[in-house]
Amino acid sequence: MPFIPHTDEDIQAMLASIGANSIDDLFDEIPPALISAGLKQVPPGMSEMDITRLMLERAEVDGRYLNFIGAGAYEHHIPAAVWQITTRGEFYSSYTPYQAEASQGTLQLLYEYQTMMASLTGMDVSNASMYDGASALAEAALMAVRAHKSSRRILVPATVHPVYRSVVRAIVRNQGIDVIEVPYCKQSGQTPVDALDEFAKDDFAALVIPQPNFFGVLEDVDALTDWAQSRNALAIAVVNPMALAILVPPGEWGTKGADVAVGEGQPLGIPLSSGGPYFGFMACKQALVRQMPGRIIGRTTDQDGKPGFVLTLQAREQHIRRSKATSNICTNQGLMVTAATIYMALTGPEGLRRIAAQCHANALALLQKLETHEGVKRVFNGPVFHEAVVSLPAPTEDVLNALKTRRLLGGLNLDDYYPELGIAMLVCATETKTSADLENYTEHLGTVLATGK
Amino acid sequence: MLIFEHSRPGRRNYSQSPSTPPEMTGIPANLVRKVPPLLPEVSEMDAVRHYTLLSQKNFSIDTQFYPLGSCTMKYNPRACNSLAMLPQFLARHPRSPESTGQGFLACMYELQEILKEVTGMAGVSLTPMAGAQGELIGIAMIKAYHESRGDSPRTEIIVPDAAHGTNPATAVMCGYKVVEIATDKEGDVDMEALKAAVGPRTAGLMLTNPSTLGVFEKNVAEMSKIVHQAGGLLYYDGANLNAILGKVKPGDMGFDVIHINLHKTFSTPHGGGGPGSAPVGVAERLLPFMPVPIVAAEQGKYRWLTEKDMPKSIGRLSAHMGNAGVLLRAYVYVRLLGAEGMHRVAEFAALNANYLMAELSKAGFEIAYPSRRASHEFIVTLKDLKEKTGITAMNLAKRLLDKGYHAPTTYFPLLVPECLLIEPAETESRETLDAFVASMKEILEEAHNQPELVKNAPHTTPVRKLDDVKAARELDLVWKQA
Repeated sequence: MPFIPHTDEDIQAMLASIGANSIDDLFDEIPPALISAGLKQVPPGMSEMDITRLMLERAEVDGRYLNFIGAGAYEHHIPAAVWQITTRGEFYSSYTPYQAEASQGTLQLLYEYQTMMASLTGMDVSNASMYDGASALAEAALMAVRAHKSSRRILVPATVHPVYRSVVRAIVRNQGIDVIEVPYCKQSGQTPVDALDEFAKDDFAALVIPQPNFFGVLEDVDALTDWAQSRNALAIAVVNPMALAILVPPGEWGTKGADVAVGEGQPLGIPLSSGGPYFGFMACKQALVRQMPGRIIGRTTDQDGKPGFVLTLQAREQHIRRSKATSNICTNQGLMVTAATIYMALTGPEGLRRIAAQCHANALALLQKLETHEGVKRVFNGPVFHEAVVSLPAPTEDVLNALKTRRLLGGLNLDDYYPELGIAMLVCATETKTSADLENYTEHLGTVLATGK
Repeated sequence: MLIFEHSRPGRRNYSQSPSTPPEMTGIPANLVRKVPPLLPEVSEMDAVRHYTLLSQKNFSIDTQFYPLGSCTMKYNPRACNSLAMLPQFLARHPRSPESTGQGFLACMYELQEILKEVTGMAGVSLTPMAGAQGELIGIAMIKAYHESRGDSPRTEIIVPDAAHGTNPATAVMCGYKVVEIATDKEGDVDMEALKAAVGPRTAGLMLTNPSTLGVFEKNVAEMSKIVHQAGGLLYYDGANLNAILGKVKPGDMGFDVIHINLHKTFSTPHGGGGPGSAPVGVAERLLPFMPVPIVAAEQGKYRWLTEKDMPKSIGRLSAHMGNAGVLLRAYVYVRLLGAEGMHRVAEFAALNANYLMAELSKAGFEIAYPSRRASHEFIVTLKDLKEKTGITAMNLAKRLLDKGYHAPTTYFPLLVPECLLIEPAETESRETLDAFVASMKEILEEAHNQPELVKNAPHTTPVRKLDDVKAARELDLVWKQA
């Protein structure tokens, strides 16, 4: 019996203690008509050896590709120590730290994480994480509406990740909150402040400001932040944490700094893994801390005066406030945050800065090489971090398919998201790409464009 | 000691970043960061040692019995972890074409099919990233269903008072008003209260069965009839699916939508509070509203169904496809168990729970619903003990930590005074349960003979009782250099 230790003798002794004749008796309060006829579609159990073989075969089918796709999930080197420690049973198989005295490991780690994220974003406080970047943005929108009180409208630039925009709409729609889209500049790929002027007469709870934006382009964050705050709207930054190692953090944007910073934590030591699990982060100004959703860890002392850590401000949460909670969120992404904290400890400020700078340098080098091909051109002239939109002289789908047969994933096709851009793809290069990789891509793209395959 | 206190300016891990600082030519000066973030400057060994030592301050399933009610703390098989972390699976980009992920998608498709069979539902979507998000999606589908029929005056969701806190919080997040109904003295939903609560404003009922009181709602078929006749839908909170896995299918009980906490019933790790994963299952009439993406099999190839295939979908709730790595772990678990293994989960979860309830009763503990069978969990109430000795459920919980056991869930459900909600799970042996009972008995004796010992517990954990009030009043959420 997999994972069940009972011997026949145990079963008999336990039934005798209960006063039942059989295990079936234990289900005698369930109306017999509801007892199922069995799980006919579920295959029989496998041994660990057999399932290992099956999974190895399936992994083999998927294989490995040289990847230049970013679009919200980024390939970075992950130090070996990160996941070896993260998957220690004491982290891996523990529960949410409700019993603080039995969870000081997780709690202290989360306090260290909050410190690192608050500093990386330049904000006062951070929570212990959200599900992912997209849902963190949705929660920030809800938070802004709670804090604002009069407006139930949020301004979201079209340069914000298109799926994030969908997720925000799906989550806030049921609370009667409107999401209004702000157009972008066709030349720079940025959200120009004058594009906001048409909204100037209305009342908004928040303006979302991406940095870098979905096109990889850096926005004029100071002007956007000031615009929002001068109109009594919160400035919500949605940022790539890796980029923050070299970019001005949200807490320093404009004259007063952004109010809330959220984003996808995946670049900090989390594998791509087909899309999850990742984690979202959320940091904010001190004044907003009681509006923040999710777990928050605080430092306190024990009865002997020794420092220790607990879940705090729980009066915001569903298990206490039930229908009056700030959110229904129950967990954070504890294990992912464990990995991210160890990742940041191993890279340190200088290591993270160098990694981010290398991403930037590799992306610029790649763009320069790709642009040597006729008809391959950067679509926007705004500055970029580590990805950019590139136009192609042949249909994107055909080019990407041809590259794929060469074991290379060339970028993300933007046809579905931004059809107005024409034939275009989003290309990313991180620190994981060597100059040989960049050369390799350039050569293959040349051949594909010349021969069509 | 915090990691920051190990930090020394200029200390670096040379193998973990480029050896020469790359030039930053393309970033305008006004956008370049001036002050570096406060990250630790420690050696690799410092970091490894620090976090290894921190891990040792945690209780976990791998180190302790963890009878935390409603949380299903069962053994997390190691193979599930190592097979989900095969290099090809970890390296796969979420936006890479479906043709580069047929092996992965095969696992996802089969998991979807197995979950359909286990729950008796017509369709399953794997995207929700946690139980609370599964609930949100479930209620959003109920709302979309009523709206699609022009049945918009339905503004209320009915929730029993024993429900998880997420239930009412979720209903409010979906724009609903919550109507709470009472529980009778046997632990079942008060049927008269339900009948009085339903009506033309009822959008749905959220129910956990077996309930958080650890008993099976005997009248579930009748409840289903009452809610459906009023035009409402039934939501199954799958937090307690472990109790009935392979025995009863929520679809057969009349539920229209369910979320399944893979981090409970399907043994994916809790990870110190996430990541979870909570696929949703739906009955026929909610199929068009399911969240995307969903895996489809067409002529032996797998692909994602998106908004284009499902125009009425409530949409996307995550940036990609949900918690793929958690779903892979659950897939390995269901294949290891197989159909026969799933039946055994409920059987042995019930055997362990009923045995522990019987033994604790014999040891002198008061069972909250003594006339009922335990499901996979049960409640002990310390109301009398508190009156006699002053010892509370929290005192006993903390004293258990000294004895090397994680505490049961305390003060939930709220309607039983001084309660301990105890769920042993099927993976624990009889000896472990016996040793736990012996420790509980010792604490009972201490409560009478040395009450101060119990009141001041814990004594042996890395810290003693922590000051929650101070934590909330003098907020210290980030470390600052002195």
